[in-house]
Amino acid sequence: MDLKKIIIKAVVDGLTKASVYLPPDVKQAIQKAYEEETYPVAKAQLQAILKNVELAEKLKAPICQDTGLITFYVKVGLKFPEISYIEKALVEAVRIATKAIPLRPNTVDPISGHNPGDNTGRNVPIVIWDGFDSNSDSIEIVVVPKGGGSEYVTSFNMMPPGKGFDGIKELVLDAVIKAGAMPCPPTIIGVGIGGTAEFAMHLAKKAATVRKIGSRHPDPVIADLERNLLEMVNQLGIGTMGMGGKTTALAIHMDYAYRHPATYCVAIAFQCWAARRAAIVIRSNGEYDVMQ
Amino acid sequence: MNEYRLKTPLSGEDIRRLCVGDIVYLSGAIHTARDAAHKRIVEYLRKGETLPFNLQGGVIYHCGPVAIKKDSQWVIVAGGPTTSMRMELYEYEVIEKLGVRMVVGKGGMGAKTAEACAKHGAVYVTFTGGAGVLAAQSIRRVIDVYWLDLGIPEAVWVLEVIDFGPLVVAIDSFGKNLVDEVVGEAMKRKNRFISIH
Repeated sequence: MDLKKIIIKAVVDGLTKASVYLPPDVKQAIQKAYEEETYPVAKAQLQAILKNVELAEKLKAPICQDTGLITFYVKVGLKFPEISYIEKALVEAVRIATKAIPLRPNTVDPISGHNPGDNTGRNVPIVIWDGFDSNSDSIEIVVVPKGGGSEYVTSFNMMPPGKGFDGIKELVLDAVIKAGAMPCPPTIIGVGIGGTAEFAMHLAKKAATVRKIGSRHPDPVIADLERNLLEMVNQLGIGTMGMGGKTTALAIHMDYAYRHPATYCVAIAFQCWAARRAAIVIRSNGEYDVMQ
Repeated sequence: MNEYRLKTPLSGEDIRRLCVGDIVYLSGAIHTARDAAHKRIVEYLRKGETLPFNLQGGVIYHCGPVAIKKDSQWVIVAGGPTTSMRMELYEYEVIEKLGVRMVVGKGGMGAKTAEACAKHGAVYVTFTGGAGVLAAQSIRRVIDVYWLDLGIPEAVWVLEVIDFGPLVVAIDSFGKNLVDEVVGEAMKRKNRFISIH
């Protein structure tokens, strides 16, 4: 058994699953939005989305031509034997998957404009070490291929702490309006509050892209705020693809970290309706699972 | 809300009957162009150089496809629209100087593009963002490709499409801008929420 090869194969499988199949929770949320929609222009857009999802599955083609910039969240079991090889395996898997699925070559050198054609480059794919477990002998990798349209409208704000929850609500509503049709609504909105600038953004991004729709935040105050904000966002009437309609967001997911007394970070990340993700678990014995 | 089936090249008459909210199914040749291609087009125009392709009565599609070569023939696997607003910088000049009649994208465009549409008889229409496989279904073949040095997503792909749609008219040639109206209304609603809370 060559565990190194197995890691690569498992990650290619994970990337394929994520790029071709929409996770069941997202599909269900879009289906619900379609059923509830009464405005014909928005209903036609939602119908096209559902048809596209079905076609992608049937043809084993990527759901969207923007196959994203790829982020991996990696949880490491310290008894896993090939820890030092993981990062190399992720890069190699991206190269293989780019040809095999295929993925669009999406990495561009910001200095020269050069596109190497294999979705890798300086610091990409992005690897986030997302925790360690000293008792485990497996690794868990969540793969998130995220499109540029939703990334483009990301918003980061430093709010005067005195503004509190009302301030957060206003910032989120402003971000949703400013984003308009650009992030391919209905979106999943991630809001990270507190912490430092980059950590608030990390929380927002993970909440938008990794957390499942329908899950509840363990803190009841945050869970209430999420529900309340989702209602407000959907009353804005931006709707599917910004053409108007009932559903502008499928979910709002928040998370927080304790803040410095002088700062109150509010980071807002958007995930498009094509909210692609897959979780891969690889055990030391070479067995692995890909889940959505 | 009317439905139209149009063929390229498009005439002024084709365009002047379209109103925001109308649905179009498009057949014929279309040219993809996104950020880098628009930048290069405008550079050519400013230098007075001739473009290697003709956009008179043509259609620009904001799209960077997933394209693969099968038996020396290019095939589009997924080809949905990209966010149009980034091309707002260039589109006025492109419509004015090249005689483009239709721009296809997603997410809406701004006041300069709307002005060019009204002045020169063009429209901006949207296809469902993210629906890349659905879009590829109506792409019959790749007629040609230019500027591959820009990379696959940024190259200019000349595609033959059949009944490409439903495309929703989002900016018509009478100065109406659908996404702008929706967002303007959202702003009013937000101000009501904020004054209540």
